[in-house]
This record gives sequence, C-alpha cells and structure tokens, in this order.
Amino acid sequence: MDGTNIDRRTFLQRSGKAIGFSAVAIAGGVLLHEPVRQPFHREAEQVIQRDLRIPGMTGRLVTVRGDDPARMTAAALASLGGISTFISEGDVVVVKPNVGWDRRPEQAANTNPDVVGEVVRQCVEAGAARVLVTDVTCNDATRCFNRSGIAAAAREAGADVELARDAHFREVNMGGAMLGTQLVYDAYLEADKCINIPIAKHHGLTRVTLGMKNLYGIIGGNRARLHQDINNSIADLGNFLQPTLVIVDAWRILLRNGPQGGSLADVEERRMLVASTDQVAIDAWAGEEFFGLRAEEMGWLGLAEARGLGTADYASLPFEELTV
Amino acid sequence: MATSENRFRYLRNARRVSQGLFFLLFMVLLLQTNIDALDSPDELPQISAPVDFFLEINPLIAVTTVLSTHTLYRNLILAVVLIVATLFLGRFFCGWVCPMGSINHALAAIKSRRMKGRHRIGQNAWKPYQRWKYGILVVMLGAALAGSALAGLLDPISLLTRSMALLVLPAYNVLTQDVYSWSLHAQLGAFDFLLTPVSWVTYATLIRAEQVVFHHTFLILLLFVGILVANRFITRFWCRGLCPLGALLGVFSKVSIVSLEKRTALCTDCNRCALHCQGGDNPKPGDTWHKTECHLCMNCVASCPEAGIAFRFFPQREQTTTAVNISRRAVLASAGAGMLAIPVLRTATHPDRPSDPTLVRPPGSLHEREFLTRCIRCGECMNVCPNNALHPTFMQAGAEGIWSPMLIPRIGYCEPTCVLCSQVCPTGAIDEITEEEKAWVPTAGKQETDGPPIRIGIAFYDTGRCLPYAMARECIVCEEWCPTTPKSIYFEEVEQRDRDGNYMYLKLPRVDPGICVGCGACTFACPVKGAPAIYVTPVGETRNPQNRILLEDQSPGRQ
Repeated sequence: MDGTNIDRRTFLQRSGKAIGFSAVAIAGGVLLHEPVRQPFHREAEQVIQRDLRIPGMTGRLVTVRGDDPARMTAAALASLGGISTFISEGDVVVVKPNVGWDRRPEQAANTNPDVVGEVVRQCVEAGAARVLVTDVTCNDATRCFNRSGIAAAAREAGADVELARDAHFREVNMGGAMLGTQLVYDAYLEADKCINIPIAKHHGLTRVTLGMKNLYGIIGGNRARLHQDINNSIADLGNFLQPTLVIVDAWRILLRNGPQGGSLADVEERRMLVASTDQVAIDAWAGEEFFGLRAEEMGWLGLAEARGLGTADYASLPFEELTV
Repeated sequence: MATSENRFRYLRNARRVSQGLFFLLFMVLLLQTNIDALDSPDELPQISAPVDFFLEINPLIAVTTVLSTHTLYRNLILAVVLIVATLFLGRFFCGWVCPMGSINHALAAIKSRRMKGRHRIGQNAWKPYQRWKYGILVVMLGAALAGSALAGLLDPISLLTRSMALLVLPAYNVLTQDVYSWSLHAQLGAFDFLLTPVSWVTYATLIRAEQVVFHHTFLILLLFVGILVANRFITRFWCRGLCPLGALLGVFSKVSIVSLEKRTALCTDCNRCALHCQGGDNPKPGDTWHKTECHLCMNCVASCPEAGIAFRFFPQREQTTTAVNISRRAVLASAGAGMLAIPVLRTATHPDRPSDPTLVRPPGSLHEREFLTRCIRCGECMNVCPNNALHPTFMQAGAEGIWSPMLIPRIGYCEPTCVLCSQVCPTGAIDEITEEEKAWVPTAGKQETDGPPIRIGIAFYDTGRCLPYAMARECIVCEEWCPTTPKSIYFEEVEQRDRDGNYMYLKLPRVDPGICVGCGACTFACPVKGAPAIYVTPVGETRNPQNRILLEDQSPGRQ
C-alpha cells in the first residue's frame, strides 16, 4: 500500500459513516416535513357551554332585608329550599363574587365578604368536595382579594382562594353572538356548580352592573373589547355559563363613579340581598329596585330572554320577601 | 504534617459557608420584595423584610450619594458599619459577603485548560489591569460630585439586584410557567402520574402568577453576561479589574490591621497559594503582596502545606504594598472625566427641561435634578411593582439617566393605593410616601382624599384611534378603569351617524386634566392594542412645578 491511498476497510468505514448520517438526515426531513401550510390562526372548534342549573328547577326569587348579611344569606338559601337543593355531596363548587377592585367593603365596589363567607360555609356543610373562590380581578389581585375582605372570609369559611394565574386560562369557543373564542378561567370549565354573587353597583356604560355582568370576571385576555357591544356580550356570557344560583348583594350599593367608586359619598346602605335561580329575573328586579331602571333600559335582559336564559318579567315568578 | 493542622482550613470553610448564606440571604430578600396577604382590609401593605439590606450596607452607594446630595439617606447609615469593619479587617466583604463576588468565585472555580496549573498561577499574579477599577471608582466619584449617582450602573449590588430582578427571576418564571402549563395539559399515557408532582412543584415555585416583562433590558443582559463569562478567562476579572465597590473597599483596606505575614524561609515555592488566589494579590513569599487587592478568602493560607504564610493582626509589613498603584495624574484625569461627563451629557438631555414625552416617573419621585443625584438604578422599584408598570429607561432620560425607572402604562399602570416603590427606594430618589399622601383613593375611615394628589402625569386621547371618536363604536373602558373620585375621565353623550347614515348615541370620553393623576390605568385597559388610544405624558407631574399645562386656581379648597 502506498502512502496516499487508504485501505478498503477504512474506505468502507468512512463512507458508511457519511451514508448513515445522511440517511438519518433524509429520514428526519421526510418524517418531519409538513406539506400543508399550518393555519396561522385557530378558533377553538368545539363550542362549550356550561349550564350548571339544577335540572327541573323553576325560577324563583327571594328578597331579604335585615341587619346581618350572613343571616340574611342563610335566610335566602333556606327560602329557596336549603343549600342541599343546590349542592350535592362531592361537588366542586366555584363561588364567583365580584372582587374587581382594590377597595374596602364600605366602598361598595366588591361583594360583601360576609355574604361570600356564609355561602362558602353552607357549601362546605353540604358536603362539597371543594369550594373555590376566584375572580379575574381588574386591579392587582392580591390587593383586591385582601382589601375586599373576601380572601379572609372565604378562607375562614373553608374555601380555597385562587388568584387567577396565566396558566389556568383556556381558549374556549363560547359560540355566542359576539363572543367566539375567549380565554376562560379553567375553574368554570371544571366545576359542577357555580354560585354567582355580584354586588349591585353603578357602571358608566351599562348604568348598572349586576349578576350577568359579573360573569365578565370569568374571562381573561383583551376583555375590554366587550364594551363595543356590551349587551350582547353580557348575554353571551350568561349563555356560556348559567350559574346554579345567583345572589345579588345589596348590603351597600354604589350609586355613582362605578364600577370602582372610592368615595363613601357614593355609597348607600340598603341592607338587602336577593337570590334567584333565574339570572335574568334577578337582574331585572335588582336594576329596578336599586337603580330605578326599567327592563328596556338594561339592554342585555331582552337579549338574554331571547337566548332562553330566563325571564325579565320577574313578577311572573314565585316571589318571597323576608325580613330577618 | 502541617497540612492537617492548618487552622486556616477552618477559616476557608467558614468563608465558603458565609458566601453561601449571604448569597441565599440576597436571593431571599429579592424574592421577599413584595407584599404578602393582608390581615384586614384596613391594613396598609408594607414590606416586612429588610429587602434593601445589601444596598444599604454598601459604602459605594453611601459615599457617592453623600457627594451628590450632601446627606446620608435613611438606612444608608448602615454603610458606616461596613466602612469601619473594612478599615480594621480589609476587603473581607468581597471574599465573604458580596453575592456578585460569590457568583464570580464559583464560576472561576470551574477548571479548564486555561484555568489550571501554571496558566492559572500566571494569571493570578498581580497585573496592571487591576488598577482600572480605581479609575472607574474615581470617575464615579467625579460624576457624583457633579450631581449624578452614576455609580449604581457598576456598583455590584445594584448591578446584581437589577440583573436578577429584571432578567434572571423573570426568565425562571417563564420556564416554570411553561412547564406548569405543560403539566396541566400534557398527555403521557402510562406516565401521566408523573405530571402531578411536576405541576405541584412548578406551581409552588412560581414567583409571579402573571408573567412580568421588562423593556430596554438588552444592555443590562450584555453587561451581566459579560461579567459572568469573563471568569472563564481571568479569575474574578470583574472583582479584580472593574468593580468600583471593590476599589473603594480596597482604599479603605490600606489601613486595616490584618495582613499577610510571609515566612520566606518556610516556602518551598510550590505556588499553591498563587494557584488559588482570588484577588490576584501575590500571596507567595518572595512576591510583593498587594494588600488592597486581597479578598481575605483564605485560600492561600489554607492551601499552604508549610505554614509559609499566615494572616495576622499587626504583622510586620514586609513584602507588602498598600499602594493602589494609580498615579496622581490618573486620579485627576478620572475625576475630571467624571465631573465633565455630566455637563456634557446634559447638553443632550437636561434635567431642568423635561424632553421625552414618555418619561413618566414613579409617584414620589423627586424633581429630575434631585432624582439623578440619588437614583442608583438598582431596579428595586421595578422588582417590587405589583403591576409590572416600572421599567428601566434606555435613552428616555438621556444617557445620564439610563436604567432609571419609568412607567410604561401599556404594560402596567400605577396601582392607585400602592406606594411600594417609594418604600424600597434605598436612596430616596423616590421619596418615601404613604397611601394618604399619594391621595388617589380615600384611605380607611376617610370619606374623601385629603389634599392634592401626587400626580405623575396626565392622560390624553388619540382621537384618531379611539373607538367612539374614530370608529363610532361604544367603548369607554377608560372611564370604567379611572380610579379617581370623581372620575377624571367623563363622557359626553352625542348623536352621531354610522357609516350607513343611521343615527346612534355614543359616549365620547374626555379627560379632566385637573383631576387626572396620570396612573395610566386607562392606557393599560384600552382595548386598542398596539398604540393605545389614550396615553399618559408626564406633564402636570407634581415633582416639577414648571412642567404644567393648566393655569390652576390657587385659592384654598381647590386642588
């Protein structure tokens, strides 16, 4: 063998190596090749809607006056048949108060913590596997949950308090007139029951924010867009999530500078609450009672009726007025 | 054998433990720079941990801010403790305490072809580049005399706080968030049981539930990575050659009573001391020991097999120099450069003339002129901000103001009841204010706010982008979010025609500049993504009486 040529064995080894790696590269390219262009935008295809009402239960409305929010809450629940009518043993319950803003209870921008606490306590007593209190807040979540008093009240009553985390939003097609694919907090997709507990307060665009508007707090993303057709958006939210029960807290109501408020001069102490299994009727009643609005002035009510979510004619429902 | 009885080995181990504990403390304090749950709705959020500890014991920050402000702010008085300790003991801070130094130490300890044996011994001998840091220090002192706290750009504690808070922790959060997300949705078939512990661990170790982002951080990243990578070429290059705090402590260490005693007769020339030297200070008997360069890491004495060197109180100063080897001319030139740099930079951006319309400073910030005498760019305000509203500037405050805080409301607005940035600011660039003094929202037990609010700017509409103005669509999300009472954003209901000529009622928002505090909640919430339809400029800011639009009623009872 002269000095310039390699032997056959080396030749085969070296060319074998080159051929082997080339084969891997070619096979990899062919296997991973995506011949069809990937769609750059995807809408979640399957429409998901969560009707968490108790099957067969008809709409009822109960109003309570009194001087203790917790006792008033208990009375309302008792009047509607007791908590066990709504919560079964082993249920995962998500309680949705309004915790939108960094405000103290007396500023009436968030749901009264005593009402939330009583609802949680009763759910736990009814044997719920887990009671979760959460909200997608506007202001810094730590401040909102703590300053509203809701974190402390809910935890004390036995709930898990969960501040919204990025990883827990899921893209869901709500199949609404205005709301298609939205980022929804996953608790609302997984819960067996949902109790919506808004506070009655003023709002610049809709004039008043009550039960269905409170469902704003189940979605994330650029939810400010919803204002462009707020009434259809609210009705779509109510259609996506039909709560087991709605309780409107009106211990204090915010009359001006809503939905945040701040000045105590804008707050009126009404010492009331109202509960219903019909999320349309309760909004109609509360809007009229607290803000003097007729059903036609609350645009989402007609749209919600048209979607079959309930009736704005609350007078047609069994109605009870209590004082405790 | 002398080796096994070498008492300096205990000291070396003690130094290792000390480095570890102080690094841990640094990280814990960094992570504690936020508020925990409140016990009651009336409680004011406070930061309980002494989160500025490392910044406040820092003589470089103390000395430069004394030069620029002629006062020693709040807890910076603690720096006196470290100054006195250094005057007695030398640069032990560099070797035993400094978290930046410990990172460099650890990285330089990794062996490589270049970083072992005779290469390492040669590289550890004192070199002229080690004088650079004294030049840098003097430039910083000159700049401080001229009224600018630029020292913070290269102060190791400010630098590490900034790099950790704006880069390392957020990057960790991105990673953890992604793994957590993945563990919630992944399908691994038979291995699904593995996902639960993964999601527990990632959930528990997430730093922020909502991911933070920081703008203008690329140069911060380059500087930090550069410092770390330099250790692959020269042991603790940053500490030896560039660190202005190390230089300042080096100057103080000239008079320290602890020195290295060399027993030349015992030395066998094994070079172990030089192999492990951190400071580059020539510990070997026969060489001249550079006292100001020594970190007192104890590596040399612990690795000496013959007891040929030892640290002693009050030893003979044989084979020792306390000189910092920087010429008087170099000192004068550096001081001059530092002092002249400030007026030169101010020919481009002058603190008395606010120029950049996006430079919204945090609430409580002093007038720009005083602000620049104090802000050390440590990034604590950005770290503590619950809304990710504060970001380091690039050129918005001029080259002189680089990496100082600015509000970017598109990313996060100033939380109305929050004053945390003013609480953590170690130098008072942001004056320590209370929620009541900020006066954006009535505090507990108050019907209304007292007195005028601390304004940081005013909001303006871009009516070419605003939905009701430009596109005849309902919106007024800005009004919903406006936190003042009464709201500074109000609306006028007007009749308009849409494209098809149909009449419709629209609410057109307006800003009342006499009430707007400039928090930027409107900008943050504005659904017009990209450039927002409402934006905040610093005009009207309380800190500068000349930066005003409105002629204001000065009579009592008016704001």
